[in-house]
Amino acid sequence: MSDRWVAVLAGGLSHERDVSLRSGRRVSAALRSAGVTVEEWDADAGLLPRLRDHRPDAVVIAMHGGEGENGSIQTILDLLDIPYVGADPAACRRAWDKPSAKADLRRAGLQTPDWVVLPQSAFRELGAQPVLESMVARLGLPLMLKPDQGGSALGAQVVRSAAELPTAMVGSLAYSDAVLAEEYIDGVEVAVPVIEDADGTPRALPAVEIVPESGVYDYTARYTAGLTTFHTPARIDDTTAAKVAHLAVSAHRLLGLRDVSRTDAVVSRTGEVHFIEVSVSPGLTETSLVPIAIEADGGSFGEIYAGLVDRAIARSQKR
Amino acid sequence: MTTSGQPPERPGARSLDPHLQRYAARAAGMTASEVRALFAVASRPEVVSLAGGMPNLAALPLDFLSEQMASIIADEGMTALQYGSAHGVPKLREQICEVMALEGVTGHPDDLVVTVGSQMALDLVTRIFVDPGDIVLAEGPSYVGALGTFASYQAEVRHVVMDEHGLVPEALGAALAAADQAGRRVKFLYTIPNFNNPAGVTLAVARRAEVLEICDRHGVLVIEDNPYGLLGFDGQIYPALRSMDSDNVIYLGSFSKTFASGLRVGWALAPHGVREKLVLAAESAALCAPTLNQMVVSRYLATHDWKGQIKSFQTMYRERRDALLAGLEQHMPAGCTWTRPDGGFFVWLTVPEGVDTKAMQPRAVTARVAYVPGTGFYADGFGSRQMRLSFCYPPPERISEGVRRLAGVLSDELELLRTFGPAMSRVLSGPQTPAPDTA
Repeated sequence: MSDRWVAVLAGGLSHERDVSLRSGRRVSAALRSAGVTVEEWDADAGLLPRLRDHRPDAVVIAMHGGEGENGSIQTILDLLDIPYVGADPAACRRAWDKPSAKADLRRAGLQTPDWVVLPQSAFRELGAQPVLESMVARLGLPLMLKPDQGGSALGAQVVRSAAELPTAMVGSLAYSDAVLAEEYIDGVEVAVPVIEDADGTPRALPAVEIVPESGVYDYTARYTAGLTTFHTPARIDDTTAAKVAHLAVSAHRLLGLRDVSRTDAVVSRTGEVHFIEVSVSPGLTETSLVPIAIEADGGSFGEIYAGLVDRAIARSQKR
Repeated sequence: MTTSGQPPERPGARSLDPHLQRYAARAAGMTASEVRALFAVASRPEVVSLAGGMPNLAALPLDFLSEQMASIIADEGMTALQYGSAHGVPKLREQICEVMALEGVTGHPDDLVVTVGSQMALDLVTRIFVDPGDIVLAEGPSYVGALGTFASYQAEVRHVVMDEHGLVPEALGAALAAADQAGRRVKFLYTIPNFNNPAGVTLAVARRAEVLEICDRHGVLVIEDNPYGLLGFDGQIYPALRSMDSDNVIYLGSFSKTFASGLRVGWALAPHGVREKLVLAAESAALCAPTLNQMVVSRYLATHDWKGQIKSFQTMYRERRDALLAGLEQHMPAGCTWTRPDGGFFVWLTVPEGVDTKAMQPRAVTARVAYVPGTGFYADGFGSRQMRLSFCYPPPERISEGVRRLAGVLSDELELLRTFGPAMSRVLSGPQTPAPDTA
């Protein structure tokens, strides 16, 4: 039980505003059920004065995409000296930029699908066709195409033929100025939340296996209850499960993340575990993976987040 | 799936909706969508929303309304807060007939059913006329809320082309002949003849009799949806289709655009036999439209200069329309065309070939401007080159700024298409259709 009061930040102006509002409502309700006093605030022009005037004991950032994940809000909270759950700004930036995160993990010897990241200007200046051909030659088909930043699978597509590629490019570039093209790994899609214990040790929760009805875990499959079946724990053998957990904890540590993160990975048909991306502000909606994993682990979503709030406050008191 | 229709029971397997196998087929399209998610951003004040069709209520006499509502509760609370008849408050039905008389409609209050907005009226009409698989004709493009209603009753929507003078009679005749030849049943034509949502065009008066005659000849009912009819910017009022044919036209009306959308008061005026069924359908759908809200509308019509109020709405919306059209003229890149409405809320914009307005929407949201992609206004996947721009809500200077932003987004998108264009030629054969400004 906590006697702290917390501001949950949700909304903002990113493409994921709607998801964020749902995450905010869900985590607020969970915190309240754990005895925490909660106010839900939109991240708008009035946020700074509100934070300054009301100074919550801690902030839970339930914003997805943009300012909630790229370190901006975290920087503001640091400036105001208000404790918050989650990674510091520098770590957020490392995780937010998918190619940077992949490069960090590859350097550490972890597997991630081969990739190419290119800004829109490269296609314009070098000519789209030869660049696309080189991309396909390097990564093969099918390949995964997504914005280099952002979440909720917005702008992400599996491209199965070269003919689909230009249109898919236009779709991905609608969300960001650069695209990340990735080798497509056929296999079992899993998500592994990592929660830090009271002493700060990151611990992987059971991997959630994601089986979308349509075969693609896109926006609709993510946020329409029932269109995806989740298996917790994932239907993988113990050795693979350990590798998946190791990957998630490694990503959390290598990128300097804090409190909570969610690593998305694919287990290939041959049992290799590939890092896809990591989120510092994972979805907390009714259909999101972190609450599912916490529940599968026998935990209480509200109690876990209340514990993270207490840790954030304790951290600030030590400074 | 098991034969019992229950979800499979597997250890650790979890579907977040255990009722998934139980839904009716008509619920199939009810899923989360990226387009809807982006509209959540459009509601923020930083974004110039040319997307929503929210009436601008700024000109309403709120103090006066507040007094009137208090008086209704104080003087007639026992009636206002009680269930009412599914038919509607009698006095209001009489007053609605006076409103419709402005458009030449001579209806009897008994043939009128008050509904929760005209959306409910449309739902009731579809409910009593349409069986799954029946064909409904609608203008192309058509009101997205109507398409949703038709989908929920599993109708097959076929669009009929419009040009700058509205529905094209020859296209209507051809669509009906094609259905006849195929032995298919067309239940009705759904039309928004005045200041069409989303196209902004108006059915030419000279075409109205012809449209009615064609439908009559083929034994097809006409559903005339007319929420914007009194919002002609020069005060012009077109004769309602219902005024020209009282036997074969069901007229749907609303106070949402001429008074207050939040009160949700609309109506259907139907031929006598149809009205009986509408009342019974209304009873099973909602028991009755909210009595208090009906009494508020009635009091407003009785005590306020509602015609003067409509004039002030006309002036306000005309200024906004002018701002939008001027912005389009000034900023839009070559190859764009658009309609020029003389009333209502909407302009229909067609962008150069190759641009997919739905795919471009995230870029627009990033630039803090919102619109509705054209595909939402077609039941068959058309409209990828179009978008609906509404001018009803933001003030003129915000509309100008919104169009400036939109033009920038479009220019960026065109540059992207120039970059990828040659490689895209093989996949650009997606649905395209003549739009009201280009047909």
